Amino acid sequence: MTHLKIKKRLAQDKLMLWTVCLLATLTAVPLIAILGEVFFRGYDQLTWSFFTEPTPTAYKAMKAIEAGEPIPGGIANGIIGTMIMLGMAVVFAVPIGILCGAFLAENDKNRFAKTVSFLTDLLQGTPSVIIGIITYIWVVVPMKGYSAIAGSIALFIMMLPLIIRSTEETLKILPASLKEAGLALGGNKARVMLKVQLPAAFGGIFTGVLLAISRVIGETAPLMFTALGCSLIRISIDKPISAVPLLIWEFFNDPNLQDLIWGASLFLLLFVLSLNILAKYFAKKWNQ
Amino acid sequence: MNDKIYKAILFVTALIMPIVCGGIVYALVTDAYEAFEHFGFFKFLTSSEWSYTEGAEQYGALPFITGTLMTTLLALIFCIPFSLPVALFVGEYFKGTKIAAVLSTVTDLLAGIPSIIYGLWGFYTLRPIIMALNISPQGSGILTASLVLAIMIVPYAASLSTEFIKMVPNDLKEGAYSLGATRAEVIRKIIFPVAGSGIFSSYILAIGRALGETMTVTMLIGNTNNIPDSITSTGNSMASIIANQFGEADGLRLSSLIAIGLILFLITAVINMIGKMIIKRARIS
Repeated sequence: MTHLKIKKRLAQDKLMLWTVCLLATLTAVPLIAILGEVFFRGYDQLTWSFFTEPTPTAYKAMKAIEAGEPIPGGIANGIIGTMIMLGMAVVFAVPIGILCGAFLAENDKNRFAKTVSFLTDLLQGTPSVIIGIITYIWVVVPMKGYSAIAGSIALFIMMLPLIIRSTEETLKILPASLKEAGLALGGNKARVMLKVQLPAAFGGIFTGVLLAISRVIGETAPLMFTALGCSLIRISIDKPISAVPLLIWEFFNDPNLQDLIWGASLFLLLFVLSLNILAKYFAKKWNQ
Repeated sequence: MNDKIYKAILFVTALIMPIVCGGIVYALVTDAYEAFEHFGFFKFLTSSEWSYTEGAEQYGALPFITGTLMTTLLALIFCIPFSLPVALFVGEYFKGTKIAAVLSTVTDLLAGIPSIIYGLWGFYTLRPIIMALNISPQGSGILTASLVLAIMIVPYAASLSTEFIKMVPNDLKEGAYSLGATRAEVIRKIIFPVAGSGIFSSYILAIGRALGETMTVTMLIGNTNNIPDSITSTGNSMASIIANQFGEADGLRLSSLIAIGLILFLITAVINMIGKMIIKRARIS
């Protein structure tokens, strides 16, 4: 009787182990399926001209399809647009985010800091489509038009909480003795922060910035109502501009351009995933 | 630079958070006001009409609130049987081993894939499968959107659950083993009760993510403005109706869309707040 009971318990234990292993391994299936599909359908589109030419018009694409040729043109307008908007967002989000993070790390007890910390969580959890609406109301309406500026402000708002959090957390796990040693040597707080704490926290903050970039670079919803998209290569910041995810959305909706989807997606995916892996590598290196 | 100036600079920069968040609430409320005033707040929430024939415009948020709740709940149900095993695999069974590191890299990469690419995959791979299985004729709908949404939130739920499972004190587990418990029993009787509220909070935060997910849902939900009558029918979520119609809307319709945005913002904020509160408590205890 007890023998049987023990057998049953051991069997249950084994069953649990195998179920966990099976189901956990199954989560790799979508990753492999997505990577595989995007890679195999997109890799032959990644030619030199794909990166140097702007998106073709629907008419040109239709002509090419009728003639049985590959669609001319590429995603240069999107790549340049993404670079411009992301560049502007990073330039503002990194210093402001680091200063806010430093503020939170230095005053973790007072009420204002607690409010700021709470609001950072709130902003981080806000759906990206709402950030798009907000930037539309704040920037697009007063400026009377879609623009790269509006798009970069949307990206800036999305990056800010991520950079604030990573800075704060990295500064908080630095040993207190580091700061105290700096202060004991006669440095004031600002000097210790600039010369001791921030350099020591560089790895963590850098990882946070990379992750923030990889998070916002694939965002489509906040750019739809702010940057809008444009089929020309543009470098002016007060006019509508394209971005790689916006182009994918455009290709998805235009039957004539559908052949370009996979090349653009492969490019975006490779970029985002290498940023992720790079960030993980830096985090590991910095932790040692 | 003396300490006072330094403190002042930090303080002034930190002011950006209240300004941005206050600005968000202010802008949403003022621009949604027209819709609430025209239809009445509760009428707007409970009306299922969405028609923009000029002169007889009728807007209500109920179909989209229902669509969002249905996709989110279904996604959560599909997500649990995968994220919980991942958390047990990484945080308990193979804690600290290479294979666990591989699996957590896999989930990290899943979290990194942009939502528009999930949408493409759902549209070109999953949708034909759903059609071939005769689950729904058009392939897109609540079910398709929820399935992809579930894959997207697995990493979030799994990584936080893992953290809490890892935190269960060893002496508790060893105590149970020394009494003859099997590993499955330790997981059921020790790990789940101890890490339970932490695991629970990870699902709350996963819900918070799923609620506002836009592109994937827009590409897969079918985009019809009716209250979905089953999980295979088409619909629209709050985020997807905004993504679909915001660009072309003006006047009362624009205000109604912003009102839906405000409701979505409030729901996500409340869900995230509850999640964070439970996490804080779980971390302390």
